[in-house]
Amino acid sequence: MLGLSPAEWTAIELSLRIALVATACALPFGIAIGWLLARKEFWGKTLLDGLVYLPLVLPPVVTGYLLLISFGRRGPIGAFLADYFGIVFSFRWTGAALSCGVMGFPLMVRPIRLALETIDRRLEDAAATLGANRVLVFLTVTLPLALPGVIAGVVLCFARALGEFGATITFVSNIPGETQTISAAIYTLLQIPDGDAAAGRLVLVAIVIALAALIASEWFARRAGMRFQGE
Amino acid sequence: MIVLAVDVEKRLGSFALAARFEAAAGVTALFGPSGAGKTTIVNMIAGLLTPDRGSIIFDGTLLFDAATGINVPPHRRGIGYVFQEGRLFPHLSVRQNLDYGRRMSGHPRDADQLHRIVTLLDIGGLLDRRPRLLSGGERQRVAVGRALLMRPRLLLFDEPLASLDGGHKREILPYLVRLRDDSGVPMVYVSHTAAELRWIATKVVLVDAGRVVATGGLELLKDADAYELE
Repeated sequence: MLGLSPAEWTAIELSLRIALVATACALPFGIAIGWLLARKEFWGKTLLDGLVYLPLVLPPVVTGYLLLISFGRRGPIGAFLADYFGIVFSFRWTGAALSCGVMGFPLMVRPIRLALETIDRRLEDAAATLGANRVLVFLTVTLPLALPGVIAGVVLCFARALGEFGATITFVSNIPGETQTISAAIYTLLQIPDGDAAAGRLVLVAIVIALAALIASEWFARRAGMRFQGE
Repeated sequence: MIVLAVDVEKRLGSFALAARFEAAAGVTALFGPSGAGKTTIVNMIAGLLTPDRGSIIFDGTLLFDAATGINVPPHRRGIGYVFQEGRLFPHLSVRQNLDYGRRMSGHPRDADQLHRIVTLLDIGGLLDRRPRLLSGGERQRVAVGRALLMRPRLLLFDEPLASLDGGHKREILPYLVRLRDDSGVPMVYVSHTAAELRWIATKVVLVDAGRVVATGGLELLKDADAYELE
């Protein structure tokens, strides 16, 4: 189909799955950390702030290496998760999802945090006087009002996850069918003679996916914005 | 009969408030110039602001008591609050705004009650609109309806007409008077406009510079015309 080989389809399917899982798993943490940074003052806030944005400024290879020594089979966190929960990251697509999630995380947290900072908190007070406890206030007022920021964060994280290369290849290598995403496949194809045509097809696919994500996010953001305008 | 007894102190930066008054059934007006601390007082009654010292007793129970550490959170006080700017939820329709209090407290739907209040406030034609598309007067009527539909034991009004122009003020006042006479819910009504309070108040508490300076009937409004200039 579309002149793509089964191996190329596998890379595309893998890329989408990894990016979706990475974004979905990052979202609850993104909302929680965004809320903490927007609303709370606590000891170590500057440190947390820095840690969250670290993957954005570190060389991806360094992030990948740090993941390898902490979440690898013999790393302290990786060994713990494997022994007690049976979750293994090294050389698995789950590891690729982890590294993509980590790399996309700062891009997700930032718009969520900004959205939470601009919400009129007097609306939350009003909800409390109407009988909503703190959890209900968050679910029925805070989160819906922050929705445009959440959507922006999800799209940015998804796009970053889709394009992630350096950290992923360092952490879980480049295994066809397991950790070889579109980016890694293009890189591999460019290393071999006559790989240009196949690489070109995957480049086109990458462009199409990125554009589709962008258009979808525009559509969602517009819908969310329209709700406040009174449509 | 006294239903609300407030005796609170609060320091906010260089502003010190120490207020003590009681309210009975009917409409108790907190009257005084802007910046006197009237809003601070109603926020403490609602539970949105914690006093430094003192106590708030409503209907025989302590809502706040600094000495024993009692501080009932706002969502369990059962006190309706109509804010100066309405504070309708922009992401919900008028109908959903009106229904919010009932949903949050888990009460069963009550079509009769909804119909009664929608008729009282004349907001039947607005139910499917978004707050953004309402006029100032419509918005405040919906805000009053929303506070009423949570079945409050006490209603707080913080300058509900201040953001409206003259014509819209006159549009709302008759509804509030009707509310006072029909609902039987005691109210605390903040305003710096004597003319407005002559319509609605049954008791006046004069507040100035963070202190209650006098308590009495509507005659207090006469001496206070200087505040009109604000």
